[in-house]
Amino acid sequence: MSNKDITISKDMFAPVHIDPSKSEKIAKPSLNFWQDSWLRVRKNKGAVVSMVILVIMILMAFVGPMITPYSYDTQNTKHNNLPPRIQGLEDVHWLPFDGTLSRRDGTVYNAYEVRKVDAYYWFGTDNLGRDQFARVWKGTQVSLFIAFMAALIDMAIGVAYGAISGYLGGRIDSVMQRIIEVIVGIPNLIVVVLMILVLKPGIIPIIIALTITGWTSMARVVRAQVLKFKGQEFVLAAKTLGASNSSIIFKHMIPNMFGVIIINTMFSIPNAIFFEAFLSFIGLGLQEPHASLGTLVNAGFKSMIAFPYQMIIPSIMIALIMVCFNLVADGLRDALDPKMRD
Amino acid sequence: MVKYILKRVGYMIITLFIVTSLTFFLMKLIPGSPFNNFEKLSEVQRNILLDKYGLNDPLPVQYFNYMMNLVKGDLGVSFQFDNTPVTELIANRLGPSAQLGFQAMVVGSILGILLGVIAALKQNTWIDYGSTFIAVVGKSIPSFIFAGLMQYYISVKLGWLPVMLWKGPEYTILPTIALAMFPISIAARFMRTEMVEVLGSDYITLARAKGASRWQISFKHALRNALIPVVTVLGPLAVSLMTGSLVIEQIFGIPGIGEQFVKSINMNDYPVIMGTNILFAVLFIVVILIVDILYGIIDPRIRVSGGKTK
Repeated sequence: MSNKDITISKDMFAPVHIDPSKSEKIAKPSLNFWQDSWLRVRKNKGAVVSMVILVIMILMAFVGPMITPYSYDTQNTKHNNLPPRIQGLEDVHWLPFDGTLSRRDGTVYNAYEVRKVDAYYWFGTDNLGRDQFARVWKGTQVSLFIAFMAALIDMAIGVAYGAISGYLGGRIDSVMQRIIEVIVGIPNLIVVVLMILVLKPGIIPIIIALTITGWTSMARVVRAQVLKFKGQEFVLAAKTLGASNSSIIFKHMIPNMFGVIIINTMFSIPNAIFFEAFLSFIGLGLQEPHASLGTLVNAGFKSMIAFPYQMIIPSIMIALIMVCFNLVADGLRDALDPKMRD
Repeated sequence: MVKYILKRVGYMIITLFIVTSLTFFLMKLIPGSPFNNFEKLSEVQRNILLDKYGLNDPLPVQYFNYMMNLVKGDLGVSFQFDNTPVTELIANRLGPSAQLGFQAMVVGSILGILLGVIAALKQNTWIDYGSTFIAVVGKSIPSFIFAGLMQYYISVKLGWLPVMLWKGPEYTILPTIALAMFPISIAARFMRTEMVEVLGSDYITLARAKGASRWQISFKHALRNALIPVVTVLGPLAVSLMTGSLVIEQIFGIPGIGEQFVKSINMNDYPVIMGTNILFAVLFIVVILIVDILYGIIDPRIRVSGGKTK
């Protein structure tokens, strides 16, 4: 073998100098839980892109209705059912913003020229001549508002219920758990429909109907966490120092389960958006002239063959919002709670 | 096991009782009258109508009568559809709904399981990423959005399939796909996770060491064990199918229970709303019960932990 020739002399080795003052040095800056989680979320490209899209959509939901010259509820029947047309993009024919529509027999015509309308409706107009651009963003705003409110209320009720049930334990816990088991057994579709029938459709009734059954999963998750923490030393220490029950629950336990609470809330937002759109479809959604994404899609269905853009644009909005929320929620779950990774 | 089933059945009865009572009392709270042009009638005429349908009795009596009739399987008569008994009205519409639900469930679970297994076998290839993409999209986007987009692009633009109605097998294809998207994505995701875990276990290594073929390992050894936990998602899937079918039936004009339900809501037809509501509740609750019991039979750990907590 050739490597036998290599001679290794003793002077090639020198003992390492050990500096006792540096042996305990921490090479990397210490990260707290949130910094660490952020590092992990950042690696998930889907989640980051979704987050950016969501931020843009939320901003547009507020800015969008303001940047068009038309209002979301002003009717102009002379300009009804106009297809989308955007300045600058109107000459690019493969984009759907050139103001053309196709007839039944397949011929394409420019609706703006035929009807002699000199205006630009970026997303077109609906059957009453209302600007779809303003309506779509107004609808996004309403849908997001309903979803966020429902998720926040679910969170408040669920955290309080779960924490009390888990912390007090014993008979109170078992009674509270039996109540949850019965509520979980009631299909939420039925409760939501009944509540809307009783309360009449509107933003607040929809939020109430969504929260009546929505809080149970949060309550279960929080209870499980409280049971886990109950026997741990930091709770015992707080108790020994004379902390009251409520301060143990809210100051010591809940900050430790923020991760789980956030994940659960993130999953309940798309769920609320789904149910809101669903209610619009079965005739229990918001009433005119208010718009939500669900009512817009539903209205678009009625003229789908002649004016497809009225259905397609709000459909894409719902799809985008739902996919982004789900991706962000998945990303957060992986980052905040590595144990729950699937 | 018997104790576990009894406990679950007990809960089911309590839940059913609460759902039916809730339905009854909430319906009583709803403003508006079930009769057409009720305000134009004279006082006497109104009273005759109300008496005929027992709406003048005190609430507890109405409630008692309703519950007694319910136990006998009598859901009352429709106010709007020529006094047809609600049970008859619903029974006539069960067929299409059941067919649609069944097709979606079968298509959804078979495609989903296949997709999941293939993704697990070809981990981190474009097939895997493609299946993850389908799973995320299918899970996130509501079925009615799929239904609308497919109706437009496949039926209206390309003219491959009928746009709506329910007249033959080709009419069932689009609604089935729209409804099956959710089961496909859930089954695919779940199946992939389970398969990856099972494929890494010792007995698969042993099978491989013994020289079993790849096909044999994946389908004979791994798939069987990976399938067990999938039973847990069947319950939520069935529930989502039922919810989805309400809207899908509406969009495609399918003469099923969901369409009837939506129609009754818009016409204030209380007995039909109550009837369909209760039917949905019973279906939901029974399906979940069956899935839970099935799971208890398959996985003994559930029974043990269920027994300990009493």
